[in-house]
Amino acid sequence: MWAFIHKLGSPKGFYAISARWLTPLWLAAAALILIGGTWGLAFSPADYQQGDSFRIIYVHVPAAFLAQSIFVAMAAAGFVFMVWKIKLADMAAAMMAPLGAGMTFVALFSGAVWGVPTWGTWWQWDARLTSMLILFFLYIGVIALRGAFASRDGGARAASVLAMVGVINIPIIKYSVEWWYTLHQPATFSITSKPAMPAAMWLPLLLMVLGFYCFFIAVTLMRTRSEILRRESSKRWVRALVEEQR
Amino acid sequence: MVAVRATLRRDLVLRMRGRSEVLNPLVFFALVITLFPLGISPDPTLLATIAPGLLWVAALLAALLSLDGVFRGDFEDGSLEQLLLSPQPLAALALSKVAVHWLLTGLPLALMAPLLGIMLSLPAGSYGVLALSLALGSASLSLIGAIGAALTVGLSRGGVLLSLLVLPLYIPVLIFGAGAVQAAIQGGGVAAHLAILGALLAAALIFAPFAIAASLRISING
Repeated sequence: MWAFIHKLGSPKGFYAISARWLTPLWLAAAALILIGGTWGLAFSPADYQQGDSFRIIYVHVPAAFLAQSIFVAMAAAGFVFMVWKIKLADMAAAMMAPLGAGMTFVALFSGAVWGVPTWGTWWQWDARLTSMLILFFLYIGVIALRGAFASRDGGARAASVLAMVGVINIPIIKYSVEWWYTLHQPATFSITSKPAMPAAMWLPLLLMVLGFYCFFIAVTLMRTRSEILRRESSKRWVRALVEEQR
Repeated sequence: MVAVRATLRRDLVLRMRGRSEVLNPLVFFALVITLFPLGISPDPTLLATIAPGLLWVAALLAALLSLDGVFRGDFEDGSLEQLLLSPQPLAALALSKVAVHWLLTGLPLALMAPLLGIMLSLPAGSYGVLALSLALGSASLSLIGAIGAALTVGLSRGGVLLSLLVLPLYIPVLIFGAGAVQAAIQGGGVAAHLAILGALLAAALIFAPFAIAASLRISING
């Protein structure tokens, strides 16, 4: 058991083992998104209030889920990197950050598009929208800080610290923004106060969420694998691998 | 404890000698507040409604402006490395530097805010709350901001990056600080807002020194 974990922690061992996970993950992601997407977009009933425009939920909610989970995963990877000095954790964190920022943007953008038919405006200073926007800025900060350092190790450790500080602050920001909103104006629009969805609506949503998660894990795995090759390019095993492929 | 007191005194003396560094944030604060009536409207009723937010945002930016200097001078002349090498806990020494920053930036800003409040025709009865909320809040701002300052002190052009890192983390303090003044104007209870500001400060006091110390180590060694 310990030998396996040790092997998993080393770039070379991880590269060899993760090769087996990649195909099933991609297949699962493709199947879930395909089934959930067609079901949700074409077959599930239209909302009695919002009509067909509610179908944006099938992209919006999974993206919003991922946006928050990726930040937590990134901070966890940063913690592992800082405590146990496992380089692999930092590679994964570095690869997650742009994906998380992208997902936050997708959530914000799809929310804005959804806002036009339902609220009649592109942007509303709603508590959820605002905290999502702040999350986007936090992602940008982590990415920019990593890039600003000349040495890779310094950037990696600085980004880890900032991700951990950010993850402590996210709940504080979230609740203070919610409180601020209720102080200033009554909650006119709320996603949560919508009547409970029938199964034909939420089942495809669940499939989409799971599909997005599989997609995220697969992309991170793939990008981490290529990052391993890039960072270890001077090592013997990578050279041997290249020779083999040739 | 002796080392903390010594750092505190050294930094205070050092800062007081270079007066412009202490005065600049205050002048900046006054200037920014002057811009708003010119840019929006000199109408007193309109100014009064937006005054709490304006004063808080301007004070926050002024504090942010001076943040880069918290560790910069010590980093450049090498005394930061000596602090790292000293046997005293780095977190405590960093905390004393943050305390100096608050004493010379946050506290003067808080004392000056009521004066600018008069110029924005802030309703009577909220001046004390404004000063108090700024004094409490700016201590948290100094603590959180010092994490960013410590992370970017090794970078030659860390200024813009620093604000990018720190501003999102300032949002809760801004919400409750401006909220306290707003509540005082509307005649509501102020205690809740101030209590939350105090709670944020307590949490920052516990966690921030360790984050600052870790960040300083990264900036020096990394």
